[in-house]
Amino acid sequence: MENYPQLVPLIILIPAVGAFINLMWGARIAERGVALIGTFASAFAFLIAVLLYSALSSSGYESAIVNPPFLDGWLRLTGVEISWQMRVDTLSVTMMLVITGVGTLIHLYSMGYMHGDPRFHRFFAYLNMFLAFMLVLVTGNNFLMLFVGWEGVGLCSFLLIGFWFDRAKGVGWRNSNAARKAFIVNRVGDFGLMMAIFLIFWTFGTLDFYKPGELAVPLDAHAEEGEYSEEVGVVAEGEPAGGEIVTEAAAIEGEGELLLAEGEPEYLNNDHIETEQLGVFGQAERFVEEGRDIDFGPFTLPIGAVITIITLFLLLGAAGKSAQIPLFVWLPDAMAGPTPVSALIHAATMVTAGVYMMVRSNVFYHEAELTSFIVTVVGASTAIMAGFVAIGQWDIKRVLAYSTVSQLGFMVAAVGVGAYGAAMFHLVTHAFFKALLFLGSGSVIHAMEHGHHAAHGHSHDDAHAHDEEAHASTHKADEEHHADLSDEAEFDPQDMRNMGGLRTKMPVTYVTYLIGTLALAGIFPFAGFWSKDEILADSWVVGLFEGQLSGFIALGLLLLAAGFTAFYMWRQVVLVFHGKPRTEAAERAPESSIPMVIPLLVLAIASIFIGFMNVPSGALGLDTLFGAHRFTDWLSHSVLNVHAGDFNILVAGGALLLAIVAMIVANGIYARARDTILRGVDPLEEREGIGNAWRLANARLYWDQIYFMLIENPFNRIGKFLADTLDWAFWHDYVHDTVIAKGFRTIGNILATPVDLGIIDGIVNGIGRLARWLSSGLRPIQTGYVRTYAITLLFGVVIVVVVLLLPLIQRG
Amino acid sequence: MMVATEAYVVLSMVLFVLGTLGVLLRRNAILVFMSVELMLNATNLALAAFAQQWGSETGHLFVFFIIAVAAAEVAVGLALIVAIFRSKKSINIDELHQMEG
Amino acid sequence: MENTGLSLVTLVLFLPMVGFSIVLFLKESQTEAIKWTTLGTSLITFVMSLVMWAGFDNNQPALQMVQQWEFLPQVGTSYYVGVDGLSLLLVILTTFIMPLAILSSFRAHVLHERGREKLYYLLLLLLEWAMIGAFVAQDLIVFFIFFEFTLVPMFFLIGIWGAENRMYAAVKFYLYTLAGSILMLLAILYVGSNAGTFNMPQILAMIQSGDLIFPFDGLFSPQSFLFLGFLIGFAVKIPIWPLHSWLPDAHVQAPTAGSVILAGVLLKLGTYGIARFCIPLFPEAAVAWAPFVGILAVIGIIYGAWVSYAQTDVKKLVAYSSISHLGFVVLGLFALNAQGIQGGLIQMVNHGISTGGLFLFVGMLYERRHTKDLAAYGGIWKALPLLGGLSLIITLSSMGLPGLNGFIGEFTILMGTFGSEVLGFFFALFATLGVILAAVYMLYMFQKVFMGELDKEENKHLEPLHWQEVTVLVAVVAATIIIGIQPGPFFATMQATVVDVVAKIQPFVTTVVQLP
Repeated sequence: MENYPQLVPLIILIPAVGAFINLMWGARIAERGVALIGTFASAFAFLIAVLLYSALSSSGYESAIVNPPFLDGWLRLTGVEISWQMRVDTLSVTMMLVITGVGTLIHLYSMGYMHGDPRFHRFFAYLNMFLAFMLVLVTGNNFLMLFVGWEGVGLCSFLLIGFWFDRAKGVGWRNSNAARKAFIVNRVGDFGLMMAIFLIFWTFGTLDFYKPGELAVPLDAHAEEGEYSEEVGVVAEGEPAGGEIVTEAAAIEGEGELLLAEGEPEYLNNDHIETEQLGVFGQAERFVEEGRDIDFGPFTLPIGAVITIITLFLLLGAAGKSAQIPLFVWLPDAMAGPTPVSALIHAATMVTAGVYMMVRSNVFYHEAELTSFIVTVVGASTAIMAGFVAIGQWDIKRVLAYSTVSQLGFMVAAVGVGAYGAAMFHLVTHAFFKALLFLGSGSVIHAMEHGHHAAHGHSHDDAHAHDEEAHASTHKADEEHHADLSDEAEFDPQDMRNMGGLRTKMPVTYVTYLIGTLALAGIFPFAGFWSKDEILADSWVVGLFEGQLSGFIALGLLLLAAGFTAFYMWRQVVLVFHGKPRTEAAERAPESSIPMVIPLLVLAIASIFIGFMNVPSGALGLDTLFGAHRFTDWLSHSVLNVHAGDFNILVAGGALLLAIVAMIVANGIYARARDTILRGVDPLEEREGIGNAWRLANARLYWDQIYFMLIENPFNRIGKFLADTLDWAFWHDYVHDTVIAKGFRTIGNILATPVDLGIIDGIVNGIGRLARWLSSGLRPIQTGYVRTYAITLLFGVVIVVVVLLLPLIQRG
Repeated sequence: MMVATEAYVVLSMVLFVLGTLGVLLRRNAILVFMSVELMLNATNLALAAFAQQWGSETGHLFVFFIIAVAAAEVAVGLALIVAIFRSKKSINIDELHQMEG
Repeated sequence: MENTGLSLVTLVLFLPMVGFSIVLFLKESQTEAIKWTTLGTSLITFVMSLVMWAGFDNNQPALQMVQQWEFLPQVGTSYYVGVDGLSLLLVILTTFIMPLAILSSFRAHVLHERGREKLYYLLLLLLEWAMIGAFVAQDLIVFFIFFEFTLVPMFFLIGIWGAENRMYAAVKFYLYTLAGSILMLLAILYVGSNAGTFNMPQILAMIQSGDLIFPFDGLFSPQSFLFLGFLIGFAVKIPIWPLHSWLPDAHVQAPTAGSVILAGVLLKLGTYGIARFCIPLFPEAAVAWAPFVGILAVIGIIYGAWVSYAQTDVKKLVAYSSISHLGFVVLGLFALNAQGIQGGLIQMVNHGISTGGLFLFVGMLYERRHTKDLAAYGGIWKALPLLGGLSLIITLSSMGLPGLNGFIGEFTILMGTFGSEVLGFFFALFATLGVILAAVYMLYMFQKVFMGELDKEENKHLEPLHWQEVTVLVAVVAATIIIGIQPGPFFATMQATVVDVVAKIQPFVTTVVQLP
C-alpha cells in the first residue's frame, strides 16, 4: 500500500498509450474495439487514482513526490533545473479521481453517442490524450509541468471542438473557428501564466511546488485551532507509516522511483530546511516573514508586491482556462464540439484547471490581499453575468455553457474570499452534476435527431431500416443547427423551442436531468446545495466577521447568481421536458441506448450523494451521520490555507428559499406559455421592462460584437496594413525596388555616362586609338607570305652577323 | 687520314646556302620544309666539325638537341602541311597569306 | 593542434565533396544513381556527425577535434577547423536537414519539368559542404569564404528551379546578403590586421590577456563600429527587422528544398555568427548595444507574427514567421546570460527543424495543388489525414506547445531575457506577447489549409503521401518530440562553452551597464 504512489506515472502513461494505439491503428480496429481500448485506458487510470486514494488514506495522508522512470530530468541548463516530477497529495488525488471517474463515464457514453462517426477512433484517441494531459496538469510538482498539461489540454480542446471541422454548409468553418478561438483566447491566458512562471523563477530560483522532504502543510499548522487538533493527532499517529515509505522505496526498484516521502517523522514543520532548499510556496512564506526585497536588475520590489504581480498574472491564466471575465468568450463557442466533449472538457475537468491552479497556489493568494479582492470581483461578476445571459438562450447546450461559466465564477470567487476548500468542493460536485446535465442534453439532442428523422423523409419503419444512415447523420445534425440554409438543416435539434413533453418519451433522461437541475440549483439535499452553501457561508464570514468588502461583494452577487441559476435551469426543464411536444420530432423522440443511459444513472446517484462528503459541522445533525467537513479535512493535508466552514442556517435557508422561489416563478412563466414559445418568443420578451433585459441576455450582452470591434477588427486591419502597405508596398516595393534599386540605377547611370564613358573610357579609348594609328603605318610590312618573312629573317641574321663582326673588322 | 676542318666548314656553308635558297625560292611547302632540314643539317655538320676541332663535347650536345628539335618539327610541320592541304587543296605557300596585316 | 591524421571535423566537412566528385562523373541520364548517391552521401555525413557528437566532451569549453593546415601563412590565415558547444549542434542540424531536403526533392515536379537534375544535386552537396564549413571554420577568413560561398549554390537553386519570379528573387537574395557582408569583411580585415592573425582562439586569447584592445568608450567608439560591421552582415542573413525584405521573395520563389535549407540552416549562419564572433570579440560593444538589438528583435517578433497573420500565401506566411522566430533567437543571444544564449542556440536548432518541417509540408501541398494561395485549400485533413496529423504536430511545435521542441527554446529564451541584466522584464513581456501571436497565425494557417469543409473539387482527390514524404515528415516530428521531452543532452552539449562565453562577458555587463 505504501508503494502505491509509485504507480502515478502509469496514470498518465495508460491513457497516452490508449491514445497512441487508437490514433495509429484505430482506423483498422472495429468500433467496439476502439471504444473498449479508450474506455479501459480511462478505467485503469481511475483504478490507479482509487489506489492512490487508499494509499494516502492509509498512510496518514503523506504526500509523495515521484520521479517517473526513464526520463532523465527535463529542462536542465545553467542555473535551471526543472524535472518531470509528479506529486501525489490529497489535492492532486482529488483531481485525479474526478478526472478519471467522470472521464470513464463519458468514454462509456461516447460509445453510444459517437456510434457511426467516420472518425470514431480519433475521437477516442483525443479523449484519451486529453486525460493524459489533464493528469499531467494535476500531478505535476512544478509550474512548468502544470503548464505542459495546461497547454496540452488546450490542444485537445482545440482538436475536439473542431472535431467536426468538415461539416457542410459553412458549419465546418464555424466549428474550426470556434476551435481556433478557444486556443487563442487560452493563449492569452497562457501568456499570463508564462509571465507568472518567469517571475516565480527569478524570485525563488525554482518552479517546484514543494521539494522532497518538505511539508506542504506543517503538522503543527492548525494546532492552535481547536477543532483541528484532533485531526492532527490522527495524522501524527500515521507518521511512522509515512516513514516507512522512505525505506520501502529505497529497497524496491519499482515502476517509479519514489524519491522521498515528505516529512521525516521527527519534524513537524520545515524549520530545519534552508530557505533555498524549499519549494516556491515554502520560500514565499519565509520571504514574507523576513520582508525580503527582490532584485530585478533595473528595479527592486518588496516581496508583497512581487507576489501580487505573480498572482495577478496567474489570475489572467486562470481567467483564460476557467472562462472568467474577460476571457470567457471562448467557452460558449466551444459547444461546437460533440456533447461528450462539452461534458468532460468544457464542464467537468479542463475548465476547472484554473481553479485547481489557484488553489494549488493558495499560499500566494493568501498573502496577496489586493489580488484576492480582484479575484473575488472577477469571479462574482462572471457568475452573475453568465447567469443572466443563460436566461436568454434557446440553445440547450448554450444555456449549460453559460451556466458552467457562472459556476466557475462561484469557484473563483470562493478562491477570492479565501475559501479554498469550498472552491474545491464546488469543483468536485459541479463536475458531477454538470457532466450529468451535459450528457442529458446530449441524450435529448440525440433523441431529437432520431425523432426528426423518423418524422421527416422516412416513415417510422424506414428510420429503423436505415438505422446506420440515421446514426451517421445524427452527428452532423448536432452542429448543423446553425446552418439555416437548406430545408434539411432548418430543423435545429438543440433549440429548446422545438422540444417539450419529453418527460414521457425519455423517462430516464428526464429523471436524471431533474436530479442534475436540482443539484445545480442548490436544492437540499442535493450536491450543489452543500457546495454552494459553503461558498456563501464563507463569504458571509469574510464579510460580516472579518469586515472585508470582498465578502459582501461575493455574498451579494453570488446569491443573486444562485437565484438566476435556479431560474434558468427550471426554465430549461420546463421547456424541454414538460408540457406537450411542440414538434413532431419531439413527439417521436426515443429514449437513448444503454451505454448512454448508464453514465446518466451513475452521475445522477453521485449528484445526490456526493455533497454529503463535506457536510459542515452543525448541519441539522447530518454532520454526525456523514461526518463533518471530511473533504475539507482531507484537503487540509495539502492545502495550507483551507478551513472548514460552519453551517449557517441563515445563509443556507435564504439561498434555498431564493432558489425555490426562482423555480416557482420560472414554472409560472413557462409552464403555461406554450403558444408564445410556439411563436418562437420568450414570455419574458413580451413583458414590459423585462423585455429589453431579456433581449440583452439573448444577445449575450454583445460581448462577441464588442470584442470584434475592439480587438479582432483592429488587429486584422493593422495586420493587413502592416503586411500589405507597410511591409510590402512601402518597404518591399517602394523602398527597395524604387528608392534603393532606382537610386542605385541612377548612380550607376551617372557613373556610366559622364564618368565612365567620358573620362575612364576616354583614356582607354585614347590609348587604343594611338595604337591603331601606329599600327596602320606598319601594316604593309606584314604581307603574309612566308618568303617575305624568311628574307626579313635572313637580313636580320646578316645584320646581326655584321654587327658582331664589325669590331673584328675595325681591329683589322 | 684526317680531313681538314676547313673542308667540313666549306661543305656546311654550301649546304646552308643551298637550303637558304631553297627556302626563299621554292613554292612547294614540302620542298621549303626539306630546305629547312638541309639548313639544320648544315649547321649540325659545322657544329660537329668544330667540336672535333676543339675536342669539346658541347658541339655534339647541340647536335643532339638540334636533331631532336628537327624531329619534333617534322612531326608538327608535316601535320600542319597535311591539315593545310586538306583545307586548301594546295600546298603552294604563296597562296597562304591570311596573316597579312 | 597536432596536424597528423584527419580530424573527424574535416571528415564530416569533406564528405559532401566526396559525394560531389562521384556525382560529377555520373551521366545526366543516370537520374536514380545521382539521387541515391546524393542521399547516401548526406546520410553518411549525418551519421558521421553523430559519431562526432558521441566523441564530443561536454565538459570541455574549448574547441575540440581541431585541425590546422597552412593556407595563406603570409596573411596569417590557415585552414583551422574544430567544433565546440556553439557549433556542434548546428553542424548536426545541417547534416540532419540535408537528407530531408534531398529526399523531398526526389519527387519534385519542378525538377522533372526543368531538368538538369545532376546540377541540382551537385549544388545541394556543394551547399552542404559550404554550410558545414561555415560552422566549423575557426579562422575569420576561412569562415568568411564559406559564409559567402553558401550564396552561390543557393543563388542557382533559386534562379534555376524557382517559381515565376525566380531571377528577381535570386538576384535580390544574392545582392542583399553580399552587400551586408562587405561591412563585415572590412571589420574582419581590421581585426585580423590588428591581431596579426585570423585565428579565432588566438584572437580571443589576445583579447583576454589584454594584448589586443579594441578601444571602447561608448555607443560610438571603434569597438562599436567593428561590432556593428559584423552585426549588420549577420543581421541581413538572419534577418533582423527591418533588413528582412529579401526573405519573403527568396522563400516564396525558392523550390521546396531551397526553402527548407534556407530557413533550416542558412539563416542560422547569421545567428551563429553573432554568438561566435560579435559577442566574444566585442563584449563591451555587445553589452552596450544589447538593448537596441533587443528592441529590434522584439519588434521583429511582433511585426513578423502580425504580418505573417495577414498573408494569403502559405509560403509567405511561413517565411514571415521565420522573422518572428529568429527575433526570439536574437533576443536570447543578447540577453547575454547563460539561459538566454543556451535558449538561443537550442532555438536555432528548433527553428531549423520546425520551420524546415513547415516548408516541407507546404511543399507537399504545392506538389499536389500547384498553388500557394490559402483560399485554394480547406479540409485537407479529411483528404489526407496523415499529412494533416503530422503537419499539426509541426505547426504546434512552431507555435511553441509545451512538450514539443519549440517551447523549450522559447521558454528558455524568455526566461533568460527576463533575468537578463541588460534586457529584463519589459523585453520579456513584449516578447511573450509574440507567443500569443504565434498561436494566432499558425492556427490561422492550419485551419485555413487543413480544417473547414472539403468543398473544392480539386482537393477531393489528392494523391496520398508517398513513403518518402512520410519518412521526411516522421523524421521531423520525431526530432520535434525528442527535443521537446528530453532537451537535456542538447543543453549539456553547449553548456560548458556557453558558460565560458558568459563568464568572459560578465565583467563587462556590470561595468558597461552602469555607463550613462
